[in-house]
Amino acid sequence: MDMVRGHILCCGGTGCTSSGCDAIIKEMEAQLAAHDLEKEFKVIKTGCFGLCALGPIMIVYPEGAFYSRVTPEDVKEIVEEHLVKGRVVKRLLYAETVEEDNIKSLNEVDFYKKQMRVALRNCGVINPEDIEEYIGIDGYQALGKVLTEMKPQEVIDVIKESGLRGRGGGGFPTGMKWQFTYNSQNEQKYVACNADEGDPGAFMDRSILEGDPHAVIEAMAIAGYAVGANQGYIYIRAEYPIAVKRLGIAIAQAREYGLLGKNIFESGFDFDLEIRLGAGAFVCGEETALITSIEGHRGEPRPRPPFPAVAGLWQKPTLLNNVETYANITQIILNGADWFKSIGTEKSKGTKVFALGGKIKNTGLVEVPMGTTLREIVEEIGGGIPNGKKFKAAQTGGPSGGCIPEHLIDTPIDYDSLMAIGSMMGSGGLIVMDEDNCMVDIAKFFLEFTVDESCGKCTPCRVGTKRLYEILEKITSGNGTMEDLDRMEELCYSIKSTALCGLGQTAPNPVLSTLKYFRDEYEAHVRDKVCPAGVCKKLVKYEIVADKCKGCSLCAKKCPVGAITGEIKSPFTIDSEKCVKCGVCMESCKFGAIIKK
Amino acid sequence: MEKKTLPFNGTKEQEEQLMAVIAEHKDVDGAVIPVLHKAQEIYGYLPIEVQEMISEGLDVPLAEIYGIVTFYTQFSLNPKGKYHIGVCLGTACYVKGSGDILEKIKEILGIEVGECTPDGLFSIEATRCIGACGLAPVLTVNDDVYGRLVVDDVEGIIAKYRD
Repeated sequence: MDMVRGHILCCGGTGCTSSGCDAIIKEMEAQLAAHDLEKEFKVIKTGCFGLCALGPIMIVYPEGAFYSRVTPEDVKEIVEEHLVKGRVVKRLLYAETVEEDNIKSLNEVDFYKKQMRVALRNCGVINPEDIEEYIGIDGYQALGKVLTEMKPQEVIDVIKESGLRGRGGGGFPTGMKWQFTYNSQNEQKYVACNADEGDPGAFMDRSILEGDPHAVIEAMAIAGYAVGANQGYIYIRAEYPIAVKRLGIAIAQAREYGLLGKNIFESGFDFDLEIRLGAGAFVCGEETALITSIEGHRGEPRPRPPFPAVAGLWQKPTLLNNVETYANITQIILNGADWFKSIGTEKSKGTKVFALGGKIKNTGLVEVPMGTTLREIVEEIGGGIPNGKKFKAAQTGGPSGGCIPEHLIDTPIDYDSLMAIGSMMGSGGLIVMDEDNCMVDIAKFFLEFTVDESCGKCTPCRVGTKRLYEILEKITSGNGTMEDLDRMEELCYSIKSTALCGLGQTAPNPVLSTLKYFRDEYEAHVRDKVCPAGVCKKLVKYEIVADKCKGCSLCAKKCPVGAITGEIKSPFTIDSEKCVKCGVCMESCKFGAIIKK
Repeated sequence: MEKKTLPFNGTKEQEEQLMAVIAEHKDVDGAVIPVLHKAQEIYGYLPIEVQEMISEGLDVPLAEIYGIVTFYTQFSLNPKGKYHIGVCLGTACYVKGSGDILEKIKEILGIEVGECTPDGLFSIEATRCIGACGLAPVLTVNDDVYGRLVVDDVEGIIAKYRD
């Protein structure tokens, strides 16, 4: 490897790719060439840094200058000022990293300070398309240790001892799954990875695959050795083109280096991997549906037992874990179960990655020890709510989870405490909502999602979620009755107890949790026919405040349906019968005389 | 209601490509979905004519193929426009107002989600989370991504592709 004077790390995750990192990398390479610096600086396209809100991101080492929201025009300045003259371009630095005249280490910045990166350890650090960089930071050492020094049962014992639980949402003890698959007697067994991350607003798994694909490949090979499988499948969403591409490159490189294929580390152990693309069906994140889909059918779940550990892919014993679960494995093997157990709470060990989104300043990816409170994540790491608005709720667990209200914001986040307050860990989406979000509308949004994604196999889910959605529709259009609220609750419980798979059993959670914590909002929709947040269009009313109206007639001209009338220079009025509630009048008024009720 | 769509006009070259894909997957376990992915890459969508060829080639009943195509949202029975617009309706985008953005696009183009304009230029899709939550709300036109949108941006974005 050539020695260089400095490294320029550019984030190449999906967030930064969407905000244009490719153009910046190209410009950087062109500028380096123009200044004859190609041999002195190395440009590395890494995985996700986590702070997607500031993308595209570029970090220049050795100084550790963290440039945010870089544009192609800025690149020339960075090269001429920083790289040539050694003067950091302060204007472009992430403000949090500057303290007086010094650059703070990233570990001291609020966003990173409370984080602990285990699953994301290499994301934003190495080039995911170069296996040597992974090997350079202990990559494939865990596999080597397992194959040359440990028996399969010893490997399983370490994982069991560590207390690792499935990161896909359910939280089932990972070591137990391995043990069950190991115990199943069969000549052919499989290992599979669930990378069908369908939960809207969650992108942890994608970032791991984009930023550190070898960590998953290595862990799957370890799992294969432990349970006695020599073939693995990674089932990944087709919507993640960058992750699919990097995973493909990583598998090819691992084969080339003899880390996949025949006789790995001359131990006599064979293992290979194949990628299977999903095709856009949320239910395929459910383990039996995923297996059916890999087999080439409609991804419908089937009853358990038999569990996949007994009869999975093509009826053979199959070990199925989620991406983030696998991403922890090599670290547990290398650092030991005791190290892993020392992180987290009594029943939830280790760390959890969350995709922080919605009404929050630092949207992005964060990894925290289990037991961190929601307040720490939202206020300290996330930087709070933008525009001076007030926190209303945080949604975890996506369509299977619930909304956590403000009075529970000090809840430590782990599997059991989230379950106790009617939400769930889920795969790790964490969406923050402020006072402008209507909780009934949010419940309706998730139900619309589950209605759409219900596979149709069992009646409680196919028909029940649809009926639930219809009641919510009725409430948000101002036609709901108080009996509807009770009926809805009853329906929720019968769906929960009778649906076939996890999708249906958890689908009522968004409704139940909002009913529990925001019942007053439901009642406002039903009893007073108003939407307190002003979101539900049919319940919103626009009015002109006579004192503020100057009678300029601009709103009347803009109104598409001619609902606003009046005399020039005297206050105008809105005919609420004609009004279609488009809000154009309010946007156009220069005097703030139009209000939404 | 009949959807606004275009008639099938596959070429000889496309058919040859598809046959090569089928031959390559004939003995693979669970081949239908990978073949459908490739077929959609070749034709841009999966009309009944293409499904028939796959059914014959892989020796899988047409009903099963159709069942799979209609089960997964990635597979489309209708052609996509030259410019395929995807509006993200993931939670992060939704709470930041992507629903209004979708309405505006439908209004400007005069088509519904899943349809294609009669000139074959635009089609709309309401996508699941594309994972660019940091830029919410987001829309995509083919491979271009537009983020941090407000409703008034939509008109300008569509106009850019019209010319």
